[in-house]
Formats: sequence, structure tokens, C-alpha cells
Amino acid sequence: MSDLSDLYQQVILDHNRNPRNFKRVDLANRKAEGNNPLCGDRIQLYVQLDGDTITDIGFQMPQGSGCAISKASASLMTDAVKGKTAAAAETMFQQFRDMLAGGNDAPGKLAAFSGVRAFPSRIKCANLAWHALHAALQNSAQPVTTESARDF
Amino acid sequence: MLDTTRIRPEFPILQQKENGQRLVYLDNAATSQKPRRVIDAIVHYYSFHNANVHRGAYALAVEATEAYEAARTAVARFVNAWAREGVVFTRGTTESINLVAASWGRANVKRGDTVVVTAMDHHSNIVPWQILCQERSATLRMVEITEDGRIDLSDFGRALEAKPKIVAFPYVSNALGTVNPAAQLSKLAHAAGAVTVVDGAQSSPHLRVDVQTIDCDFYALSGHKMLAPMGSGALIAKPALLEAMPPYHGGGEMIERVWDDRSTWNKIPHKFEGGTPNVEAAVGLGAAIAYLEQLGMEKIAAHEQELARLTIERLSQIDGVTVYGPREHRAGVVPFTYGDIHPHDLATILDKDGVCIRAGHHCTQPLMRRLGVAATARASFYIYNDVDDIDALVTAVRKAGELFGVPA
Repeated sequence: MSDLSDLYQQVILDHNRNPRNFKRVDLANRKAEGNNPLCGDRIQLYVQLDGDTITDIGFQMPQGSGCAISKASASLMTDAVKGKTAAAAETMFQQFRDMLAGGNDAPGKLAAFSGVRAFPSRIKCANLAWHALHAALQNSAQPVTTESARDF
Repeated sequence: MLDTTRIRPEFPILQQKENGQRLVYLDNAATSQKPRRVIDAIVHYYSFHNANVHRGAYALAVEATEAYEAARTAVARFVNAWAREGVVFTRGTTESINLVAASWGRANVKRGDTVVVTAMDHHSNIVPWQILCQERSATLRMVEITEDGRIDLSDFGRALEAKPKIVAFPYVSNALGTVNPAAQLSKLAHAAGAVTVVDGAQSSPHLRVDVQTIDCDFYALSGHKMLAPMGSGALIAKPALLEAMPPYHGGGEMIERVWDDRSTWNKIPHKFEGGTPNVEAAVGLGAAIAYLEQLGMEKIAAHEQELARLTIERLSQIDGVTVYGPREHRAGVVPFTYGDIHPHDLATILDKDGVCIRAGHHCTQPLMRRLGVAATARASFYIYNDVDDIDALVTAVRKAGELFGVPA
């Protein structure tokens, strides 16, 4: 059986308390909104894409609307993809999803979310920001929801 | 207080562990657990009496029909219905309200009319009225709540000035625990010429309900929140209203004669029960009601109110905990938040200690907006909960505070 400290690893608690890139990006040319209708979590993601490179990225969550897992995941995601190409970010998303679906750990600090595997009810929280990033990179105008994105 | 040492053994699920811990089930506002006698009633029905109801000319079919109709009598007695013909079996509160909206609503609500709901209603007592109002170009008016989570009676009065056709409200709020003055609200609504629809999903399991004293027109309940199977429920209505209403679902059972191009309708309540009904659910509901009546609804209400009082008292001793809802006139529902810990994180942490609570918007998004929160955590009680459950809840909440570093 999995322990709570596997889910709420220090790096996750830290990023929940002090989220990185927790800002609106004024020069963003890609935006996406993500919703988890089950719990009311909402994320607004801002991406500045220069050519194929993510030169800046930030996110906001309305007051009280992000759980520790979704907020830390957004924070670590923005750190991980900043300066990377869109294609590299999509690859990371795939690795992240694979990890949560029971596959190998994702690279770097993203592996901190490996503990979410043992908590199926929280997988959608971890994936929310990534679905929003995917929508932003696809330039999709539609808000993404964790329901339309099939995680199960 | 109820003697839970005699009640708990009746529930097979409470004998098992949750994450290796004693199962502390505090999500009763979502659904209740089922006692052995309800499970046995279903098994017994299928083992000895199963046949289709109201049509067979053989003994087994008569037995099935008798079992089904006995459950109707039980529901009628349980809420003091106007007549047993005024009890329509449905899949639950949601279907009961949709039935009223689709049948009475479509027949009576016209362009420019008003339908009134409250800001503490569950989505199931909001969305059917939104659909009706959009279809009929009618106005949906949502009555505001007071800061401590009661229906704002002055705003209720203002809403009635529009002479609404329908006034819908919950007897007990699933997200706040507020027990609303149902008889008073119904009287005011009647004086304004409206029919009243009471969402009884959270009152039927926990209070002595008397629909004739409330004097509403329609009352909806769900069996699964009161020890009965999922998919059991009823609409209780004044028979004269049902008589005048068009059918809801067309099909077998609900007709009198079927011509090539038209039909005439069966008597109430069968006019509203097209298709083969969920007989096992009705039988299970009958068994659940017998058990609740044996325990006594007044005792059940007192038991849960005492548990809620204790829980509020003990949670309030934790710095950073906010409890929502009124101080008085509340049922066994305790919604709370803890510092900036998101309720979903709280629910995950509590689950590790075997404590099952609900976290989220509780299907009351208009209410959450007014409370200024995205979500709350909610503990809700029933007949098998005891002080040990409260201890486990409070201990686990304190643990969450330590893990997340909420200042003590």
C-alpha cells in the first residue's frame, strides 16, 4: 500500500506552497483554459511561443480552485517546458501520461508525480495543466476539460 | 443517541476495512450504506417472487405485484402522502423533479412566466427548471441565501411578487445542512398562486417528514440515501394534480387503451410508470422504510444532530477551520474548509485513515459561488455513525494540517 508521503512528496508540497511561473504572461500568443468539472479546479495557461520555442509560460488558478496536485503539477510543468520546443513539450506530456498510466517515471522532477499512480482519483488533477498546455500548443480555442480528455 | 453497537453489525460493508483502517463512512449525504435486511429483501424477492408486475395471470406475478404495491403503501405511510395513488415510483429525486418539470411544467408554464428556485438548491432542482424555462421562454428566478446559509426570506418574498407558476426548494440543503421552514415557504408560495416542489433527498432519510403538514404539491425523494438500493425513489404528489397532468414516459403499463393513432391513459400512479418498473428497488425501499420506522425518525434526527454538534464543536477548535451553514436548524451535514488546503487534498489524506468524506462543489455550483469557495469538504452522518467516527475525522484533519504546514 502506498503512503501519503509518496503522493505528497516534498517537491510537490513546495511547489504547491510557492508555485513557479504563477503569473499572467503579457506577451503570450497562446492561451488555454483547463477545467476539472468534478472538483471545480480551473487553470488559465499562458504560453509565449517564438517560432517553435516556448520562451515564456505562466499559469493562474482562481482563488482556491487548485488542489496541491494540480497546482504543483502546473508549476513543475512550466519549469520543465520553458525554453523547450513545442515538440519536446509534447513528448514530456506523453512521458508524464505514460507514468501516471503505470509506465516508467517521467524525466527529472516530473518523476515526483509517480506516487499519483496509486491514487486513481487524483490522476486528473496531475494531468490538468498538461492538457491545457497541449490545447495551447494546438492553438485550440475550446477550453479543455479532464472529462473530454480520456485519462482512463 | 442511537445504540450504534446494535446498528453497525447490520451493515456488512462496515465490517470491512478502508485502506487497512476501520471504515469511517461520512459521505451519507451522497449515498447511504445498506443493511443486511435490505440486501436480503432483494435476494428474497428474486429467489421467490420475481415476475413482471400488473399483468401476469399467475400466482407468481400476483406476488410480485403485491410486493411492489406494498412498497408503495410503505412510502405513502412514511411521508404521510395524501393517498397511495399519489406515490409514483421513480429512479430517485432527479427523475421525480424532471417528471414534474416535463409534465406539469410543460402543461402549465408559458412564455413570460416565472419559476423560482433557491441558491442552495442541488443541480437536480435547478437544471430541470432551466431546461423548462429555456424551452418556454420563461424566467428562472434564484432566491438568495443569507450569510449564515439560510434562505433569505425577504428575497423569497420579492421573488413571489412575480406570481411564479412553480416554487422549488430543498427541505434540507445537501451542501449546508440547513433545514428550511418548508411549511412556511410552501404557504407563502401558495398565497402567490404557485405550486411547490420540495426536494426531499436530504430530509427523507433523516427527519420525520409529513407532506400534508408541509402542504407542498410535489415532494421528491431518493431511496439510496435512506438505506435502500440505488435507482429507488418516488415522487409524492397531490392526486388531483397527477390526474390532470399529461404522462411523462410513453410505453407499456401507463396506458388504458392503445388505438392505431392515439391512446388513453391508465389511472394514477400507473400513468407515470411506463415500462417495467424497478421492482427490486421498490422492495428494497420498503424494507429500508420498515427499519427506519423501527428505529424511529425522531431518534435518528436527534442522533445525527448531536453528532453534527460535536463535530462542529471539535473542528472549530482547530485554527484555520471554517464550518459553513447556520448554527441552528441544521441536519447532520458539516461542510468545512481548512486553511488553504484544498478539500480534495483533505479527502485524500483522510481516506488514508479510512475516513470517507466528500470534497467538491456538491452539485451546488451557484451556492459555492455565493460562499466564495471553489469547493468544501463535507462530513455527513447517518444511523451507524458514532463518536469514534468523529474522533477519526478530527485526528485525520489535524494530520492534514501537519502535512501541509497549516499554522497551528
